[in-house]
Amino acid sequence: MSMLSVRDLTVKFAMRDQNVTALDNISFDLGEGERLGIVGESGAGKSITGFALMNLLSRPGYIDNGSILFEGEDIVQKSESQMRKIRGDRIAMIFQDPMVTLNPVLTIGQQMIETLMAHRKLSKAEAEQIAIVKLREVYIPSPQERLRQYPHELSGGMRQRIIIAIALLLDPDLIIADEPTTALDVTIQADIMELLLELCQSNKVGLILITHDLGVVSQMAERTLVMYAGRIIESGPTREIINDPQHPYTQGLINALPQQTLPGHKLKQIPGSMPSLTTIPEGCPFSPRCQYATDKCRRIRPEIVKYGPAEVACHEVNRLHETQSEEQSA
Amino acid sequence: MKDMSNSPAILELKNLEKRFELDKGFLETIKLKDKRLVREKREVHAVNNVSLEMERGEALCVVGESGCGKSTVARLVAGLLDPSGGEIHYDGERIDGRSRRELIGLRKKMQMIFQNPYASLNPRMTIQQALEEPVRYHNKDLSNAEIRDKVREVMKSVGVDPSWAARYPHEFSGGQRQRIAIARALTVDPEFIIADEPISALDVSIQAQVLNLMLEAKEERGLTYLFITHDLSVVQHFGTRVVVLYLGSVCELSDTKTLFEAPKHPYTKALLSAVPQLKDDKPNHIRLKGEIPTPINLPVGCPFESRCGFADKRCKLEKPRPLKQPDGSIVACHAVEEDRLDV
Repeated sequence: MSMLSVRDLTVKFAMRDQNVTALDNISFDLGEGERLGIVGESGAGKSITGFALMNLLSRPGYIDNGSILFEGEDIVQKSESQMRKIRGDRIAMIFQDPMVTLNPVLTIGQQMIETLMAHRKLSKAEAEQIAIVKLREVYIPSPQERLRQYPHELSGGMRQRIIIAIALLLDPDLIIADEPTTALDVTIQADIMELLLELCQSNKVGLILITHDLGVVSQMAERTLVMYAGRIIESGPTREIINDPQHPYTQGLINALPQQTLPGHKLKQIPGSMPSLTTIPEGCPFSPRCQYATDKCRRIRPEIVKYGPAEVACHEVNRLHETQSEEQSA
Repeated sequence: MKDMSNSPAILELKNLEKRFELDKGFLETIKLKDKRLVREKREVHAVNNVSLEMERGEALCVVGESGCGKSTVARLVAGLLDPSGGEIHYDGERIDGRSRRELIGLRKKMQMIFQNPYASLNPRMTIQQALEEPVRYHNKDLSNAEIRDKVREVMKSVGVDPSWAARYPHEFSGGQRQRIAIARALTVDPEFIIADEPISALDVSIQAQVLNLMLEAKEERGLTYLFITHDLSVVQHFGTRVVVLYLGSVCELSDTKTLFEAPKHPYTKALLSAVPQLKDDKPNHIRLKGEIPTPINLPVGCPFESRCGFADKRCKLEKPRPLKQPDGSIVACHAVEEDRLDV
């Protein structure tokens, strides 16, 4: 049985005159210790998915339909006090900006010890010992001194390491990381990603990595979901998705990267931009930007179908494959 | 166009320096040291002794991590900041230290594109007004009809429907706004564009659109770009030459192909290896020790010494000078000079 099983999850936002659908019938599974990447552009619903999994949506957002089974229990049905026991303990979340996550007026030690003592029956000294061990695990030099420092005294990379240490404090089964390195420089990003991967592997922690960077997903995740306008449009093993993407949007996204074109040549751009949640077109949400779109695509919304090792929501995936292999052989 | 290739450098930076004072007021400069009051001024050394030349028609990319001084270089060249030392020459004329009034003529030739298209367009001006203003300002003898034609033409060239000119910036998406910001830079027919992270705030599919637009404009108008970015894959695609900055100093300067095929400076190598590639299935980079030191108290030796795996005593004591390599690149590194990197 999978550790996390999301079925038909629908999230809506209550607006004055209508309810907008931010997540539309999302289903996916995550096995124990598995690493899943969620990619998409801004507004695709990646972060909303992360928040929904933690049951952290606040008004006007709400879960309209669906279930989130985590280790056999439905998170959607849990009360706030029940959720408090799960959050941080069995599921931990890492956010983009470490300065927002850490409390600026508490020392690192206070924040770590507070978390530990809220969930476990520990003395302060015991909690401090665990905190030091965890800081060591994320390669923080002289952890005893760090415990007495405030967040502003540390660099961005160091803060994000501390966030990871806090996420690992209670040995969670699942970590949800929402763009954990987007605010950091590339050399620091590479260090943090490597650390996160190492810790997930050695502690058998599951990881949901939300990012816009396909290169990061390629290095980190075994499976990947591609989201567009609140829907999953393609999912499957990461290597398959990157080497042989099926959905025209995934193909467009990969082909638009500068690495995919000879230097100085025109990049293969996707025309237009993603629709806002209030203006999602009928039928396939990608159809207005899709060069393969037919009349059917503009009218009927495609269901997710199995295609080889991947699952794709596209009417034309069979035809697409034929024309593309013809193009290649020609 | 032909004879231009032989003309002297369009832009030349000579030993450019910029320091920002941290302690501005008199009281801030007074500190307690060894139980005695002393006056001490702290300074951020944002740009240190940067020299380079740019030729017409090239796209020079300035790369580096946050705090390396790349945006400061852009602002110095645009005349938005005054250098603390060194000289900036444009088309053979010295342009640093000029007053705003003296810079007006130059603005027509040199335009800037900023990172955040939400902040660089006035929310209370329609697109028409925002685009007309620079044309009117720089071409006082044009009639209203001519100005409107000009705006129309530029809007078309950046792929924004001219019939949307009466709209306000908030009615456009981020990508469209950045196109409009580019259009505004192009309305005065500049020859030199300074672009400070123009696509960093945009999504991948939109980045490609804007980058294509800038490449088109380069070919059609023969523009010269000074392109500031932290994204190395964009550099590889867009730049003809690259300069890598670290703590305000030049590490390496070479043409793009050479830099990506044969990086020499240890920092350049680490930076290139840190970019996640689609073909990698695990993190695969050169680990650097520690993090970027503060630019307040610069090390006397090589700025990269504290994180470099090849640093020795000489690196600690003596700042390496930029030296020309056999393949034409310029590298500031003792280890490269002494040829002790490849062991």
